[in-house]
Amino acid sequence: MQQPQLVAIRTIIKSNKRWDLLFGVAGFVALMIGVLTFAALFAQMAYNGWERLTPEFFTNFPSRRAPQAGILSAWVGSLLVMLVTALAAVPLGVAAGTYLEEYAPKNLITDIIEINVTNLAGVPSIVYGLLALGIFVYAFGLGQSILSAGLTLALLILPIVIVATRESIRAIPQHIREGAYGLGATRWQVTRDHIVPYSMPGIMTGVIIGMSRAIGETAPIITIGALTFIAFLPPSPVTPEFPWISFEWLKSGFTVMPIQMFNWTSRPEEAFQQNAAAAGFILVLMTVAMNAIAIWIRYRLRKNIKW
Amino acid sequence: MSDSFTATAQPHSLTPHTVSERLAKKAFRNLKERTIETILLAAAFVSVVATLGIVWVLVSESVHFFANIPVHDFFTDTMWTPLFSEPRYGILPLLLGTVTTSLVALAVAIPLGTTIAIYLSEFANPSIREVVKPFLELLGGIPTIVYGYFALTVVTPLLQALIPSLPGFNMLSAGIVMGIAIIPYVSSLAEDAMRAVPMNMREGSYAMGGTRFQTAINVVVPAALSGVLSAYILGISRAVGETMIVAVAAGMQPNFTMNPMEPAQTISAYIVQVALGDLPHGSIGYQSIFAAGLTLMLMTLAFNILGHLIRRRYREAY
Repeated sequence: MQQPQLVAIRTIIKSNKRWDLLFGVAGFVALMIGVLTFAALFAQMAYNGWERLTPEFFTNFPSRRAPQAGILSAWVGSLLVMLVTALAAVPLGVAAGTYLEEYAPKNLITDIIEINVTNLAGVPSIVYGLLALGIFVYAFGLGQSILSAGLTLALLILPIVIVATRESIRAIPQHIREGAYGLGATRWQVTRDHIVPYSMPGIMTGVIIGMSRAIGETAPIITIGALTFIAFLPPSPVTPEFPWISFEWLKSGFTVMPIQMFNWTSRPEEAFQQNAAAAGFILVLMTVAMNAIAIWIRYRLRKNIKW
Repeated sequence: MSDSFTATAQPHSLTPHTVSERLAKKAFRNLKERTIETILLAAAFVSVVATLGIVWVLVSESVHFFANIPVHDFFTDTMWTPLFSEPRYGILPLLLGTVTTSLVALAVAIPLGTTIAIYLSEFANPSIREVVKPFLELLGGIPTIVYGYFALTVVTPLLQALIPSLPGFNMLSAGIVMGIAIIPYVSSLAEDAMRAVPMNMREGSYAMGGTRFQTAINVVVPAALSGVLSAYILGISRAVGETMIVAVAAGMQPNFTMNPMEPAQTISAYIVQVALGDLPHGSIGYQSIFAAGLTLMLMTLAFNILGHLIRRRYREAY
């Protein structure tokens, strides 16, 4: 090849390589924008809220005086709402996912259910709030209660639990089922003794990720009319007299962590912004912890399972 | 022939008594199997009931609303003042607020999300990817109220340092933070689509002397186009329905403008504002949030269907 041609080719290669390098840097920068935003958000809330993160912050009710205000009613409310959500969403979601993978025949009803699950995952959370307001609060007469809120969030995370269940069931090789059927097991015995236990880690991951989404959801709970200023705790689920268990708390008014934070954020005083930062810090810490557990389970799962 | 087969297959020890016992046991087992299958089907059917519930609630309350407010006014009036003494119900200001904040968010999320997806799928070595992906997932899992607080107390002051005339509540800050919040949705779906492109297509490009960048732009992205586009659509429908960031950082007054430097209210933020107040059940103000919700639902539904069609239309099967 002649010298001028070689030079021309080298120039092209050089420019191509420059673009390649440039994009590599751009990609890294874009990634860092995401990661640094997370770091900045976390650091800013920790810095602003640090003074307020005392034991009293967790044991005080909200108050008109910012330094005495705490998140007692908020974290108790969040805990109870999450309990209802988990009790409703996990059995329903796992049962629905199992049905779709192990039982469902190929027919119109199955298609309709599958389309619905996909569609529900794309519905904005505020619309779930409107659904709950119209149906749970007024049509069923459950009121603005812990039960209404828990059921609303359960519907919200149902698609997440269903999809996680289906994916982990699909990962179980067919020969496991064939082995069990070959020994004369019925479909339910195969499902109960093999399919569900083996897909448990995957289901757990989905449930935890769903719960971490539910714990931070604000809009649907505001929509059903949760109060923003609650200075009492719901009645205790454990009573000193006979049946020892009471379900009065399900009907109680409540507030949750994100709503308490929203309430403080929307106040102009600096001191309440500090409270908001502290509450936000706790909230992010909780979601990070839940996600970390889910990631860890998934990581272990990938390492340990050899069919 | 089948007769002789069953005859030889019968074990001699089976007396009629045990046969009937076994049949009874089998009938019980069948009954149990059927019952369980029905229960599981009922659980799966909850999703259908939920969808029907959403449609019923939104439509039935909106019907009452539109009995009082003509549909024509709803879509053409440029004032949304439901809490004034002479209320006006024109959805346009809220719609513009939703569209403007979503556009700002997409202007952030689409370039950054696509770049991150290409970087993770084509450039980054596996160890970086293993570390970074959980971080991105965390970014997507942060409660939106926390993002709202971040927009109001960090991003708005930063922007005000650059643009001194910026008001304390504005759509720009809310949109930017919303964009960052939906990056993980865009990037992870787009990356999945890119990684599904078969290796031999890349190898073809590399064999012709293509760089990683040329391979990514000319081979991988076109091949993964349907997946990348549906990642964008998912981002759009997330942005349209996003509530708390705009409710906290964009202000609460409906504003007939598309200028992101101004405060405005979105459809979702209006619903939150009404729910925070004390509107009596059955009043026109109460019904207005369902009409607003129906509008929102139809918008996201349109995008979801569009995403579905794109996936079907442009899917390349390898």
